[in-house]
Amino acid sequence: MASRLTALWNWFDARMPTVAEQWRIHASEYYAPKNFNFWYFFGSLALLVLGIQILSGIFLTMNYKPDATLAFGSVEYIMRDVAGGWIIRYIHSTGASAFFIVVYLHMFRGLLYGSYKQPRELVWIFGVLIYLTLMGEAFFGYLLPWGQMSYWGAQVIVNLFGTIPFIGPDLALWIRGDYVVSDATLNRFFALHVIALPLVLLGLVVTHLLALHDVGSNNPDGVEIKKLKDANGRPLDGIPFHPYYTVKDIMGAVVFLAVFCIVMFFLPEMGGYFLEYNNFIPADPLKTPPHIAPVWYFTPYYTILRAVPPLFNSQFPGVLAMGIATLILFFLPWLDRSPVKSIRYRGAYYKTALAVFIVAFLVLGYLGTEPTTVWGQFGFDAFFLDTKDRATWVGRLCAVVYFLFFFLMPWYTARDAVKPVPERVTR
Amino acid sequence: MRKLALLLLLCLPLGVLAAEEGYPLDRSPNDLRDLVSLQSGARTYVNYCLGCHGAQYMRYNRLTDLGLTEAQIRDNLMFTADKVGETMKTAMPPKEAKTWFGVAPPDLSVVARSRGADWLYTYLRTFYRDPKTATGWNNVVFPNVGMPHALWTLQGERSLAIETEKELGGGERTAYKWTQLSQGAQTPVQYDATVRDLVNFLVYVSEPAATSRRAIGIVVLFVLGVLFIFAYLLKHEFWKDVK
Amino acid sequence: MSDQQKPDRTRRNLIVATSVVGGAAAVGAAVPFVASMWPSERAKAAGAPIQVDLSRLAAGELGVFEWRGKPVWVMKRTKEMLEGIKQADPRVSDPGSEVDQQPKYAKNEFRSIKPELMVLVGVCTHLGCSPKEKSAEDKGEMGADWAGGFYCPCHGSKFDFAGRVFKGSPAPKNLEVPPYEYVSDNTLVIGEDKEKKGA
Repeated sequence: MASRLTALWNWFDARMPTVAEQWRIHASEYYAPKNFNFWYFFGSLALLVLGIQILSGIFLTMNYKPDATLAFGSVEYIMRDVAGGWIIRYIHSTGASAFFIVVYLHMFRGLLYGSYKQPRELVWIFGVLIYLTLMGEAFFGYLLPWGQMSYWGAQVIVNLFGTIPFIGPDLALWIRGDYVVSDATLNRFFALHVIALPLVLLGLVVTHLLALHDVGSNNPDGVEIKKLKDANGRPLDGIPFHPYYTVKDIMGAVVFLAVFCIVMFFLPEMGGYFLEYNNFIPADPLKTPPHIAPVWYFTPYYTILRAVPPLFNSQFPGVLAMGIATLILFFLPWLDRSPVKSIRYRGAYYKTALAVFIVAFLVLGYLGTEPTTVWGQFGFDAFFLDTKDRATWVGRLCAVVYFLFFFLMPWYTARDAVKPVPERVTR
Repeated sequence: MRKLALLLLLCLPLGVLAAEEGYPLDRSPNDLRDLVSLQSGARTYVNYCLGCHGAQYMRYNRLTDLGLTEAQIRDNLMFTADKVGETMKTAMPPKEAKTWFGVAPPDLSVVARSRGADWLYTYLRTFYRDPKTATGWNNVVFPNVGMPHALWTLQGERSLAIETEKELGGGERTAYKWTQLSQGAQTPVQYDATVRDLVNFLVYVSEPAATSRRAIGIVVLFVLGVLFIFAYLLKHEFWKDVK
Repeated sequence: MSDQQKPDRTRRNLIVATSVVGGAAAVGAAVPFVASMWPSERAKAAGAPIQVDLSRLAAGELGVFEWRGKPVWVMKRTKEMLEGIKQADPRVSDPGSEVDQQPKYAKNEFRSIKPELMVLVGVCTHLGCSPKEKSAEDKGEMGADWAGGFYCPCHGSKFDFAGRVFKGSPAPKNLEVPPYEYVSDNTLVIGEDKEKKGA
């Protein structure tokens, strides 16, 4: 039997040697640093969640109806009348939030260890493109249940495009396919969410991984392992990805799936953050909910948008600020002037800046889930930052911190103290 | 890393500052495992609510979850359908409903997920007589609601006086003073139980798979636990190579 | 055995053990996906058995009722029709209903529970068209020995009033008899019988 299988494999390999070759290049002979830590699970987890979303998405599409009169009902149909439908729905809704948690932690690893620095700038750029595509994918997908939040969230965001000078109103009309968000919008968002963006996402993930494998992975010490090789040309501090990291990532995946299942089976709504309460009300174009907020993974940018007051009779400056807040990520490899990659060998400036940035990002995120009145008013005319709302004041402060992290980076990373980077990786 | 964690912990108290609004809600004491309560709630629903409010995503034959047979469902709970496989639609036509009430009474299939059980439990127990409204009824949780007190024959009529009282430590608070105008068929304790059962039923209807979801979840976590043991041992075995 | 073999054996055992548990978990995970493709509650409700009130049918009148998207014919057969069925015995392909197109209780001379009541699925067993009723008077069109039955306009198959297919028809089998039962003398339930309750 074994020799039959071997003969079959040899027949195949003789006709398509690419398979075995690529397996060698990307797995069994891809030498990765041996000191990957906790932060290095999130790349493979992101790939796992992508697979989970595609699989659950396909089965949802078997029963979902992308029609304004039928959509909401079709989701309840899946939850009740389709055998196992509620599992598939919860997998997909939990997976959407899980995707962003994993991707944010994956990006944070990049900030910790300078994974975006030379020669990995392209890996980072493809990564930011994936992040932006993922935001689009989530935005289009969120309209599909056709609840109140779906409808009004889409209405608000498309209207943001309408604030762009000159082309805005026509652009918004073109995106919607109608004068307001309607059945036309729902149908095209369905097409974009189900096939167009997933294809883009898959393509970008492939290029992201190819770019990474061409230069080799970074590590928590920021040491370039390819500098020191043994007699066979293999990096001294490298180990083949397969079997060592396949086996480690399987273990990581099991832990991730356990947390995923705890949420999915016991806390699918997650207090209204993963499945919003208002979205269990069918979309009503005539009734605006008292409080519209995007899903939690967009809220940092939403706070930045709200923090900028209308200028020159337009909300466009806020939209611009929100756009810059996302696009600035592309420039990180060039903003960071430090000679070392990893936070382990950087000085106090960067460590403080990063810590403050993370706090600001989390506060921005929280504030975006609440109305601007959530912390009440100052009793007096607030100094500086021009507002009486406590929450808006804090939001503006955190937005300034967010931008300063990037804009001041060339200055404080160049002047930061650095520790000597070792030749070999540490544990 | 530790400094970062410390800074993050300092941010937790900020959430507490969120402002509170509206009438304080009572905790809904419902329990989805109580089949008797759910059956009672189903009975209340079809008798008092289904006339106006459909539960269009709920099939009658699914009520076998509550320990009923299809024959019992057909004989006792089906007023608006012939076959037990049909859904709990209301007989009230939506266009007329809008004319009569200003807005068609909303479908209640998932109301327990959008409003929450606590809201429903409090709402159904805080109707009061108000001559200024079209129906003659008003509600503390949902001011100027278009719905009359559908359960008034059980609770009786009550009136409400809202006053601001001065507190001992300075400052003010709102006091709600209820007066029973006429007796209903149930005592306050019985009425609370009826509403509890009805809300229990609505919570069940909003997600019939909830109890099996939790049960399956336990099995899944157990399997993943076992899988983790093997996956960890496998990783540990291979990583012995790596120094 | 050598020390070298021991870790290899441990590794192989662990790989096998993890794969087995992982495989079981994967099969478990696949269950809801595969299950979701079976008919949903909505499809099952739409395909539920129907009730037919026989008191509204005149003798010899063909009632047509929809069940699972198909036409089901119900007719109170007259004495002439029953005679015609007996006469057609030598001219039909499967007079004794040997081929499994009917429940056990319809495997008899008249292919029904009671001879007077015909219950048939009105779908031609050739390629699925719905045949038309042709009474015994239609001898001009159907031939001198026609005692009444059904004629399929698509490819010319002929069936008698027991749904049996005539020799020479393109259709290979008798018309299907659906599961049915009497819940009272005047009420029929089609789609369900004592053997397959809830099928």
